[in-house]
Amino acid sequence: MGLITALLAPFGDMAAAPTFLLEVLVGGVAAGLMYSLVALGFVLIFKASGVFNFAQGVMVLFAALTLVGLMERGVPVALALLLTIAVMILLAFAIERVVLRPLVNQEHIILFMATIGLNFFLEGFGELLWGANVKRLDVGIPDESFMLGGMLLNTLELTAAGTAAMLVAILAAFFQWTRIGRALRAVADDHEAALSIGIPLKTIWVVVWSVAGLVAIAAGIMWGAKSGVQFSLSLIALKALPVLILGGFTSVPGAIVGGLIIGVGEKLGEVYWGPLVGGAIENWFAYVVALAFLLVRPQGLFGEKIIERV
Amino acid sequence: MIYREAGQFKTSYAADQAVFPLVQDRWVVGLLLAAAFVVPPLLADEYWLQAVLIPFLVYTLAAIGLNLLTGYAGQVSLGTGGFMAVGAYSTFKLTTAFPELNIVFVFLLGGLVAAAVGLVFGLPSLRIKGFYLAVATLAAQFFLVWLFNKVAWFVNYAPSGTITAPPRTMLGVMVTGPRAIAEVRYLVALALVVVFAIVAKNLVRGRVGRSWMAIRDRDIAAEIIGVRPLRTKLLAFGISSFYCGVAGAELVFLYLGSAETQAFDINISFLVLFMVIIGGLGSILGSFLGAAFIVLVPIFLTNLPHALGVDASVALMKQIELMIFGGLIIFFLIAEPHGLARLWQIAKEKLRLWPFPH
Repeated sequence: MGLITALLAPFGDMAAAPTFLLEVLVGGVAAGLMYSLVALGFVLIFKASGVFNFAQGVMVLFAALTLVGLMERGVPVALALLLTIAVMILLAFAIERVVLRPLVNQEHIILFMATIGLNFFLEGFGELLWGANVKRLDVGIPDESFMLGGMLLNTLELTAAGTAAMLVAILAAFFQWTRIGRALRAVADDHEAALSIGIPLKTIWVVVWSVAGLVAIAAGIMWGAKSGVQFSLSLIALKALPVLILGGFTSVPGAIVGGLIIGVGEKLGEVYWGPLVGGAIENWFAYVVALAFLLVRPQGLFGEKIIERV
Repeated sequence: MIYREAGQFKTSYAADQAVFPLVQDRWVVGLLLAAAFVVPPLLADEYWLQAVLIPFLVYTLAAIGLNLLTGYAGQVSLGTGGFMAVGAYSTFKLTTAFPELNIVFVFLLGGLVAAAVGLVFGLPSLRIKGFYLAVATLAAQFFLVWLFNKVAWFVNYAPSGTITAPPRTMLGVMVTGPRAIAEVRYLVALALVVVFAIVAKNLVRGRVGRSWMAIRDRDIAAEIIGVRPLRTKLLAFGISSFYCGVAGAELVFLYLGSAETQAFDINISFLVLFMVIIGGLGSILGSFLGAAFIVLVPIFLTNLPHALGVDASVALMKQIELMIFGGLIIFFLIAEPHGLARLWQIAKEKLRLWPFPH
């Protein structure tokens, strides 16, 4: 009985302080959109090439390191951003040529392992180029807290959430209405059919890895501005994985909705139930939420239905 | 010429189905085993035993465990570190609660606890497949490590939060604890690996292993011919976690001496998965080769600049090490996706024909 009361008590707290609950929810949505941003990178690549790109987190770190490194050397923000974009596109070409092309037609797990290798390589390479110390990223977004209707909000978090939402809208439009977007969807649907009607698979791969690189830059700027550019930035990939399985590996809207659910759920769990078990539950709470969802829908919320034949 | 089976006629099914059907193989393996038991304790120094051979044996056991699950039963798991932690912490709790129990027996008990936990976390595998399952097993990894970190009962309320191997003797010889010599710890680890490798080899040759492979290759077809997915998958999770649990106990008690939960973080899960994949999925021999590769490469990379007389800062060396390690993994996957075990098989085929090309 005591346990159940203790577990239910937070609901009473929520009802007692609705403004605080709203504040927690807004914080959760903001965090969730940032998770979505990282998860998007995974989804793009998985959709188009079936590769579960574990290196996405390090790509975020690498992008942020490159941007900060260039700015530290006196390059103006706009130019540094352009250069970083160029670097990420170059990286996409290199990955396609060196890693993906020789491994075409291999099993998924082999490709997954290759991206973990890539993960190690990029981590070493980024720190070798730009140094391993913690860097502050300041791209001119104000980081101030203000009160709105009794809620404590943060401009940086709101900007990040807005940017994430915008990026998602742009990507959705890109997928839906452009020529390349349509080709991407065709490849995602069926590699061989896409090849047979003359869609160049290699180009498509470079494009998705480049787009994933651009998403990584956006995520890197937002997370970097929030918590500094350092090695731990690459660990947000681990945060994005539950988002991914919750939303489904192949669904762009899934990444967004999954991100929101995980973000809000995590914040609520942390604030209201965390103290009961001694805190620090954010490492695994998201995974347990995702796991519970998966038991009901094994393909995630929006993933393609798994149809199996003998 | 040397490696040839001509004239070796099998007159019974037992001889035909032997693990090593060739006389040459039996001799080589027997000699290698004897050498493994005799040579290192006599010749190797403390550094070799402690930094190379003992971790190699411990990781080999973990790799065999994961190989049973991922390589044979086809269930990708990233929770190895968590299951190893269960083995280590339950061994610690058991041996401090019952000091008179034989320590190797306690290792096995710790493995059993890990197997029970593995069964629980294996349950989702009945509904979830592929990468969804891989990510779901991360839940086990993070939750278990968090649990051991948070609940002081698991470390007997030690303020440092570490578990330390208490001194335990077997047949009058100190096996664990700070005063146990490396030679003894090496021999215990070696004996355990040999026994468990033989058990694993026989498991995968028999009914159990065949049902695992049937599930791996096409689960629905396997179900139709009468392999029960529930039993088969859970058995794979249980046995694999048992192996990992024993390996985790060895990691603390025979290798590190004392450890925090950090010793079992996500990196160790990836490391063991690397061993399995670089060694060869679905190969017991591959687990040995993969573990040797992953243990030796970092040591080699660390010592390389000294040997070459290059002097570089520690941070720089670490970064270059990471790059080379990542590059090597990609290179090996491209060169031979089926792992080192496959390379060995190719070499054997060549040896049979040598000196003729065909």
